[in-house]
Amino acid sequence: MLDTLAITGRLCIEKLAGFGRATFVLLHALLVWPQPGNSIPLIVKQLYSVGVKSLLIIVVSGLFIGMVLGLQGYTILVDFASEDAVGQMVALSLVRELAPVVTALLFAGRAGSALTAEIGLMKATEQLASLEMIGVDPLRRIVAPRLWAGFISMPLLSMIFAIVGIYGGAVVSIDWLGVYSGSFWSVMQSSVDFYDDVLNGVIKSLVFGFVITWIAVYQGLESVPTSEGISQATTRTVVYSSLMVLALDFVLTALMFGNI
Amino acid sequence: MSVSDNVIQISHLKFNRGERCIFKNINLSIPKGKITAIMGPSGTGKTTLLKMIGGQLTPDSGKVIVQGTDVHSLARAELFSLRKNMGMLFQSGALFSDMSVFENVAFPLQVNTDLSVELIRDVVLLKLQAVGLRGATSLMPSELSGGMARRVALARAIALDPQIVMYDEPFAGQDPIGMGVLVTLIKKLNQSLGHTSVIVSHDIQETLSIADYICILADGEVIAQGSASEIRESSSQKVQQFIHGYPDGPVPFHYPSVALMDELTG
Ligand SMILES: Nc1ncnc2c1ncn2[C@@H]1O[C@H](COP(=O)(O)OP(=O)(O)O)[C@@H](O)[C@H]1O
Ligand SMILES: [Mg+2]
Repeated sequence: MLDTLAITGRLCIEKLAGFGRATFVLLHALLVWPQPGNSIPLIVKQLYSVGVKSLLIIVVSGLFIGMVLGLQGYTILVDFASEDAVGQMVALSLVRELAPVVTALLFAGRAGSALTAEIGLMKATEQLASLEMIGVDPLRRIVAPRLWAGFISMPLLSMIFAIVGIYGGAVVSIDWLGVYSGSFWSVMQSSVDFYDDVLNGVIKSLVFGFVITWIAVYQGLESVPTSEGISQATTRTVVYSSLMVLALDFVLTALMFGNI
Repeated sequence: MSVSDNVIQISHLKFNRGERCIFKNINLSIPKGKITAIMGPSGTGKTTLLKMIGGQLTPDSGKVIVQGTDVHSLARAELFSLRKNMGMLFQSGALFSDMSVFENVAFPLQVNTDLSVELIRDVVLLKLQAVGLRGATSLMPSELSGGMARRVALARAIALDPQIVMYDEPFAGQDPIGMGVLVTLIKKLNQSLGHTSVIVSHDIQETLSIADYICILADGEVIAQGSASEIRESSSQKVQQFIHGYPDGPVPFHYPSVALMDELTG
């Protein structure tokens, strides 16, 4: 009994200490920001490897999910003779939910794991220590540009996902299933609200991008510098950030749409 | 030897990692302009000691004085500027994997000086010339052999002409030729640039051949220090076991356990 208590206590303290260190990393990396001159090219480089390289998987998944939504929506709505509303269904489910969440899950798997592995390997090969000895703060040089790149690229990726998804839904419903294109688009246009739907979706993706990048960077920094340690850290990044995304999605949805 | 001759002065250093005691009480001084070797079995904390000198780790108690300043009392900015006087060659080389050889050596110059691009280029080429790799400027670290990577890392460590250069196991994993090259290089650089060299190693013959001053760590303490000949003639059994590599002695071959007979017969 006492043992269990002691173990629980120690675990809680460890988790709290870890959270404290993660917060320190975040604040330190972000607050030292304006470091004009050399930080812009560093961020651009990370935007490429975090954002641009995730584009393909985002576009392909968005297309398929949009097409599936079109198909499913049509088969349900056609029973009520309201297949014109399929545009609304596709757009709302993408913009509000699927684009931010699925993009976040893909982003965690594609970019988050890569960030953790990269930083973990830099730690294991003493590149971080050697930056310190050269007189460069690794939190500034390595961590800050990656955090910013993650924050910036996640909302953009999520928007691209939604746009491609809507396109996929339109292709399926209009070209294959014969929904009248005028009503497809006009119903969508009149039902999707910029603030309630689009902006809320963007806010979600901002939050997800923030959390995933933070987790990924922190796990990389804290990883045990061996090949086993890095692989465990990479796994933790994907697991923790996926869980956080799903949990936060519920919280955010409740806050945003709960009182409607 | 007067105190002012010592670039690095370590006194009463204590350090624990979790429950484990790494340093019990280390007292050590490193004379200016000489090659000092810190030797000891694996896992005694030689790398840890170098990180303490560089201010990357903080001791539980005790002092590390480098060039008259207590490293661990410095604010971050002061520490970073003190580090410009120290070059460190890490065990793995630690070249930045996303930069070419040239960029790796140029990096400390770019971030720590206001030199023009042309001047930086000249300095980099001179440093690479000194380690014999001027022809390799455009290669990436992944294209280098282990020995070449370590020489590039050496060029990077001396890019800012530091007054102290620390080498973490520079000979480990080198073939005999690479080893010979590095031994000569370290000796030559020490003489021509006049900096203080600190070598951490357990390659006894190579280290004894170039070090002016040797210090052996074991069990969290300095068990012997002196010149190469003093170490060779040391009467301590631990020292003799270490420099001759006897498998058994004061440092036991067997990990602590119950007697074999007891375990077999249950
Ligand atoms: N980051 C770390 N966390 C916990 N223990 C460590 C860490 N780094 C080193 N150690 C332990 O400290 C001891 C000394 O390590 P080190 O200084 O690398 O030894 P050496 O360089 O002499 O082989 C080792 O026993 C090692 O297990
Ligand atoms: Mg070591």
